[in-house]
Formats: sequence, C-alpha cells, structure tokens
Amino acid sequence: MTDQSKIRNFCIIAHIDHGKSTLADRIIEKTGLLTEREMQAQILDNMELERERGITIKSQACRIVYKAKSGEEYIFNLIDTPGHVDFNYEVSRSLAACDGAILVVDAAQGIEAQTLANVYMALDHDLDVVPVINKIDLPSAQPQRVINEIEDVIGLEAQDAPQISAKTGQNIEDVLEAVVARIPAPKGDPDAPLKALIFDSVYDSYKGVIVFMRIMDGVVKKGTPIRMMATGFTTEVVEVGYFGAGQFIPCDELSAGMVGYLTASIKNVRDTRVGDTVTDSSRPCREALPGYKKVNPMVYCGMYPADGARYGDLRDALEKLQLNDASLFYEPETSVALGFGFRCGFLGLLHLEIIQERLEREYNLDLVTTAPSVIYKVHKTNGEVIDLTNPTNLPDPSEIDYMEEPIVDAEIMVTTEFIGAIMDLCQERRGQYLGMEYMEETRALLKYKLPLNEIIYDFFDALKSRSRGYASLDYELSGYQRSELVKLDILVNKEEVDALSFIVHGDTAYERGRKMCEKLKDEIPRQLFEIPIQAAIGSKIIARETVKALRKDVLAKCYGGDITRKKKLLEKQKEGKKRMRQVGNVEIPQKAFMSVLKLDDK
Amino acid sequence: MEALCREIAAARNMAADRAAEGRAAGNPSPAGKTGENRTEERDRKVSSVFLGGGTPSLLTPRQIDRVFDALYQSFSLTPDAEITMEANPGTLDEERLRAMKEAGVNRLSLGLQSTEDTLLRILGRIHTWRDFRESWDLVRKHGFDNVNIDLMFALPEQTREIWQNTLRTAAAMSPEHLSCYSLILEEGTPFAAQELRLPDEETEYEMYEDTSEILSAYGYRQYEISNYAREGRACRHNIGYWIRREYLGLGLGASSLWENERFSNTRDLKQYLEWDWEHDRYADTLREERIPLSREEAMAEFMILGLRMTEGVSCRAFLEEFGRTPESLYAEILEKYRKLGLLVCSKDRIALTRPGIHVSNRIMAEFL
Repeated sequence: MTDQSKIRNFCIIAHIDHGKSTLADRIIEKTGLLTEREMQAQILDNMELERERGITIKSQACRIVYKAKSGEEYIFNLIDTPGHVDFNYEVSRSLAACDGAILVVDAAQGIEAQTLANVYMALDHDLDVVPVINKIDLPSAQPQRVINEIEDVIGLEAQDAPQISAKTGQNIEDVLEAVVARIPAPKGDPDAPLKALIFDSVYDSYKGVIVFMRIMDGVVKKGTPIRMMATGFTTEVVEVGYFGAGQFIPCDELSAGMVGYLTASIKNVRDTRVGDTVTDSSRPCREALPGYKKVNPMVYCGMYPADGARYGDLRDALEKLQLNDASLFYEPETSVALGFGFRCGFLGLLHLEIIQERLEREYNLDLVTTAPSVIYKVHKTNGEVIDLTNPTNLPDPSEIDYMEEPIVDAEIMVTTEFIGAIMDLCQERRGQYLGMEYMEETRALLKYKLPLNEIIYDFFDALKSRSRGYASLDYELSGYQRSELVKLDILVNKEEVDALSFIVHGDTAYERGRKMCEKLKDEIPRQLFEIPIQAAIGSKIIARETVKALRKDVLAKCYGGDITRKKKLLEKQKEGKKRMRQVGNVEIPQKAFMSVLKLDDK
Repeated sequence: MEALCREIAAARNMAADRAAEGRAAGNPSPAGKTGENRTEERDRKVSSVFLGGGTPSLLTPRQIDRVFDALYQSFSLTPDAEITMEANPGTLDEERLRAMKEAGVNRLSLGLQSTEDTLLRILGRIHTWRDFRESWDLVRKHGFDNVNIDLMFALPEQTREIWQNTLRTAAAMSPEHLSCYSLILEEGTPFAAQELRLPDEETEYEMYEDTSEILSAYGYRQYEISNYAREGRACRHNIGYWIRREYLGLGLGASSLWENERFSNTRDLKQYLEWDWEHDRYADTLREERIPLSREEAMAEFMILGLRMTEGVSCRAFLEEFGRTPESLYAEILEKYRKLGLLVCSKDRIALTRPGIHVSNRIMAEFL
C-alpha cells in the first residue's frame, strides 16, 4: 500500500494561453517517466483539435513519479483541467479530485478574468493554491509586477512563487519542489469502506466504460463488488490501474488518496455518472460524496447532416460524443428547410464549435448548423410556461403573455485604454453596468449584467477586436429577466425558412433583420429567377433585399471534341447544387444558415 | 501524314468489321442499337467529313491530295456528303483552293473572329481584316458556295456598337453560314491571366440578342446556340454531334463517339508517329480517355446536346433510340422549366425558349 504522505494530487489552473499544457508537459518530462523521444509536443492534450486550438477540452489525468531533492520519491497525480469559461463545470469536477492546484500566471499578461474565476473555484473546493509565474523568458515579462498583482488582487502569498519558463524548461524543478512542500498529502482512511469520486470516464470498445476516480477512503481491487451510489448500478471490478502518460497501466489495487481508473465491463456510460460515488456494495460507505451539480446546456442549435442519408451516422456520432461529454444534449428535430436533424445543447458557443468540428473531423460528417439560441421562458396566457430552445416552436403571439431571457453576470478584465470601447460594446449588447474595480493602475475589472443571447453570437470576437486582444471575459448565469422579445422570420422567395428564424430583442430586430438580409443576399447565388429576401416580424416585413436573376450561363461551343469536357463542367455545376438546400424553388448554400453568426461588422 | 493515312485505314477496319459482324449475326451491333438497317447503312456510308483543328489550310496541295485519297480508298461517301475544311484567312492561295476543290471539299469554314484589326490583335490572330477580304474573294472566285464565317463577341474592349457593325459587315458579304461565339476565358490559359476589360454580363446578354436579331434581318436563321445559316445551309456535320450520330476522329488528339463509347487520340506526337499499326488493327493503342457510356449517360447526352438546337430534341428519335420517351423519364425537370418559361414541349419536340437559351447550362445540368 502506498504511503499517502508521498502522494500529491493536484491540477494546474490558468487563463487560456498562459501555458498550462506546456507546464504539464515539462513536469511529465522532468519526472523522467518518459524519454524525450516519447514526448509528443503536448502530452495531455491528445486530441488533435485541442492541439490546434491550444485549449484542453477533456480533463485527463497522469500519474508520475518524482524523486525530490530530499531523496524521497513522490507520486504525483496531475489532473488536467480545461481553460475556457464554457467548461467551468469540468474544471469544477477536476478540482474535486485534487488536494491542491498550481496557478499559472503569464508574466507578461498578468491576471485575467479567467484566472480569477479559476482561483475562486479552487478556493471553493478548499484547495491549496500554489502560484507560478510563467513565460519569464518573454522580453515583455514583468514577474515582480505580476507577483504583486497576485498578492493584491487574489491575496495569495506569492513572493516565493517559482518563476519559470515552461517553454524552455527553466526552473521547472522549483515547481516540483513547491508541489511537494506546499500541496498537502491526501488524508483518506484506507481501512474505511470504499468511497471514490468519479471525475471522468471514457468509452473503450474492448474494456467498456473506463471510470476515472479519486479514492477518498478504502481500497478497490479486481473482484471488488461495487455500486454507484447515485445510479444504483452494481457490478464487479475487472481491472484497476493508474494513468501513465497517455495510457492505462493496470495495478493490483487502488487505496485511499490515490487517483486511478477501474473497468467492470460497463456498457453504458450513463451508469457511471461523473460526480457519482463508487462504493463497495458488500460494505458500503455511509453517505455519498457531495458530487456535482448536473450542468444544463445554455446554448442550443440545430445540427443537420448536409447529406440527409447520413442522419443515422450523425445520431451515432452524437451518442459517442455524449459518452465523454455529459454536458452535450441532443434530441431529434425536423426542419422544413433542412430535413431530419438534432437540436443540440451546449455549455457555450465554444463548446458548440468544438463539438461541430469534432463531428466533422472525427466522424467525417458534413454539417449544417442553424443559428444558436438560448433557452427562453415563454409565459403563456393560460399560465403555462415553456422552455423554448428552438425559435420555430414559439407559440402564436396571441397565446403569449410575456417572455423571459437568461441573463449572465459578466466580468471583463481590460486594460484602461480600452475601457471606453468595451463599455460601448456592452451598451450595444443591452448590458447593464454594475461597476468597475481597478486591479492596478492600468487594468480594471468591468462588471455587467448581459443578456446571454447577446453574447452567444459574436461577443468574444467583438471583445477581442475592440480591445486588440487585451480583454478577457468570464460569466455565469444569474437568472431570467422579462424582456421585449420578438421572433424574426426570414422569407426567401416569399417562403419562410424555419431554420433561419431567431429571437431578438424588439429594439435590435430591425437592425438584425437588415443585416441578415444583406448577408443572405451575398450568400445565395443568383438563380433563374429573382429572389426576394425578407425579414419579418409576424406578418410585418421589416427589411428586404433581392438576389437578381441569373442572366447568362451558356457554353458557346460544343462540338465533337468538346462534349466530354463540357459534360464534366455541367456535372460539377450539378455537384455544387447538391450541396445546397432546396427551399421552395430556391437553392440555399449550407453556410448561409450560419450567417446569422457573423453580423457584427465593426 | 503517313501516320494519319494509316489511321484512316484502321478506322476502315473498325467500320468494315462491324458491318460484317452485323450482317453475319443478323442482329444489332454490339452497342445494342435498334434499327439494324440504319446501322448497316451508316457503317457503309460516310455522310460528312470535317477537316479542322489547328490550321489545315496550311497543308500543301499534295498533302491535301493524299489525305483525301486515303479517305476515299477506305470509305465510301454518300453522294451528297458534306465535306468541310477549316481555313484561316491569310493562309489561303489559289493553288490550295484548287486542290481542295479537286479533292472534293464542298464547304469552307473561315475563322474571321472580328472585322476590327485592334480586336484581332488582342486575340493574337495573324490576319487582318484586309487579309480576310482577299481570302474571301479567292474563295468565291473558286466557286465555294457553302462557306461559314466564325465571329466572336464579348471580347475585351468590344462595345455593343462594334459588335453590331461586325455582324452587319459580315452578313453583308453574304456567307451561307455564320458561327458566333462569346469569348469564354478558360482557366489556366494565358488569356485568362491578363487583366482584360471584358464587357459585363448585361452587355454580353445584349450582344447575344443583337446577333440573332441582326442576322435574321439578313436572312439567317439561328439553328443552334451559336450557329446561324441560310435556308438549307445548316452544317450537317455539326448537327451530327448534337443528335449523337457516331463519328470517328482521326489525327492527334481527335475525339470519337463509337459504339456508345467516347474516346480521344493521344496528344503525344511522338506516340502517334511511333504507333505500331501493323499489330494494332483498330488503332486501340492510340486511344485515350476511353469512356463507355451507360444508357443513362447516353440519354442525358441526347437531351443536353439536342437542346443546343433551336428545334430541340426529337421525342420520337429519343423513343426509337432508348425505347422510352423523355416525358416519362424527365417529367419533373421538364415540368419545372416549362413552368419557368425556359422550355417548350410540343408534340414531338422539347426545346429551350429564348430565355432558356441564356441559362441553358443550368437546365442541361439537370439531365445528368
């Protein structure tokens, strides 16, 4: 049995791009479990997509052995966390498996909105937070300024914080020693009944569900009869083990304080809910761990296969993704314009984009995605309240008493020179100013209440472009608020296109409708007849554009030697047409359905 | 020249062997054509010959002689066969014209392109308007009474007025036939790489309308997207392409439709010259890009090519060829474009309307 005093369970938290994954790689490298040749550029981010976007999506874990300067050997369980606001929930569940956290702060950028959010979350979980100043190799690095900032803003002792460069590997040893010295060892009781927290799971086609867990008390080994305390699912353990770098390494048993996995021929991921407690069914623990709140998707959109015949493939792909991503929601829906597809729910727009890209890349699906929507509460005159996730399902206005929309509390960290620009942006997005705190002379934290539907479209992009990349955002749902909302319909050639309908605030409806028509005019190619594009609220047309009729499309010459080539040309034309959606007589390119996403022209 | 003459002989082998097989078996040829008599008839007689591509008028009188000798030795032609030769203005002289006439050439096609020297220069043509006039006089003097003139519109720097003048000038010379093509820049050609001031789409549309209007005033009837002729002077050879008659293309890079297969010859001169004709009875080793056509493809071609002609597709001919009517196969497409006023369907004919011609690609693509 491993001596608990030699175990350190911790995670690394940071604002996006502050170097969390790079530090994780260096730690793994320095602990010598791997040769350099085995090192992929970034070990923990083993999904291709994560690598490209520089963000970590799925929390993962890695067990490493560190021989400290004192000569003692320590087992480190490094649990990776996602760095984006959309994935707060996943951060939270990773934190619950840890005893401490390394806080990485960029020596040039300093504290960002996300840094604060993550630190507060770690402190909520009673974790000891060890600050580390990264990127000291940058010419613009100001470590001392950042140390002061950490002390002033967060209130963490930071004078002794390791100053490192994860990129060059400079002073990584300091981090490892700080982990040994400052992160507490686990304090579970190995003799108590088994109590383990599920913090993640993956599906493997040979082993079934692989459950990632932190053992709080007791021991688990092959043959242990187990029960999931929330779902009630019982089974017998087939294998236990720990996480090597990117692989599962079986071992005899896992005991209190350890982090590892178990397999038990579990076919359905739903039986092993993340946040649930695993116990010994023959000797159960008295009460389950607090677990996690089930997170609810905040953003919904329709996802349709570009080729209707691949509906089944899309369903299978969503099912598989959901196994690893409990926060993904989907249910079948049909659209007049797009056929059979799914209404999918996401934690945020980034989550949506990542799922979309994974479906396209990993499952080779060509998708049409409709404009994202939040959940509106529609209070009907008969007293009924419905949660509306698809604008098409909005009841007739005569049946609606009033509507409510979700509101978030947003914190935006920005350098003082851009405060004006960002305040303008929040104003345009119907923000309600709550206050401003100066972090230091040149940086402030702006607090706003913002309608969620104003930030799901292109708020991130707008924020970045209006602050030259210097603003950062964190938000959380604060509740619902009554609002004057209307459904904006788009008519193409006088026919309503259900997949293009969206809900907007009455004051911005005209502007959005106009931009939408302009955008669609550019997206829809000219056809054999003139196509009016109209935006309407109810029966009232509020904007109109026209796609002029195609005038000429002729092959002048077609003699004996031309025929094969000309046929190919026509076939190509026909292929292009196949990729479009037929609405009435009009062919609409797939990407037009997403054009509502890019209406901000500033 | 030698290789070409040998290929002509190989073509004869193909045609003759098929005719023999057909007679022996007493049933349709392998391609499954209906109408045995028609097939046999066609195998025996050639109804048109077209000598074009490149600049065949550069052939010396002796070479002209040899090609046609080889042709007449291998094939018998119908008495009224149309024998066309392409010629570039400026390459014609009395001797050559005489040789053509003697060889049996009874139709000439002259690439004038424009009556404006500035436009001819932009197009990279070696001749001038004056060169053409001289060639024209010679052609008429040697008794060629079935002559086509090629013209181009939608050229860089060309205005509608210039085009209208060109049309009137050319029509006033009273050729029997005019082909008028709009300039289409093909990707990858040096022409496309240049920055050219091309007429806009609307102007091009108007120029096309001007063409049929002006030429009709001079007594020409449009019978195909780009072709106009005096009564009875439509090019029978080209019509053959559009009603999907079989043809054999001979020479470097030439294309064929034979037994429901499209293929073309190698473009590699060395390969062509080194062709092992003694061991390759049908010149198979010269053929490239062999594309056998399925029934569906053949039917689609029949529609696409047929719609190029103003009189359109003959439903009866379609039925005879494929055993089904276009109406039964393409009901939805026909209905859709009829409603839009782009197609007309009469008893036996399906044709593009005037507005339909302008957007013909869109309609044709539907049949694929």
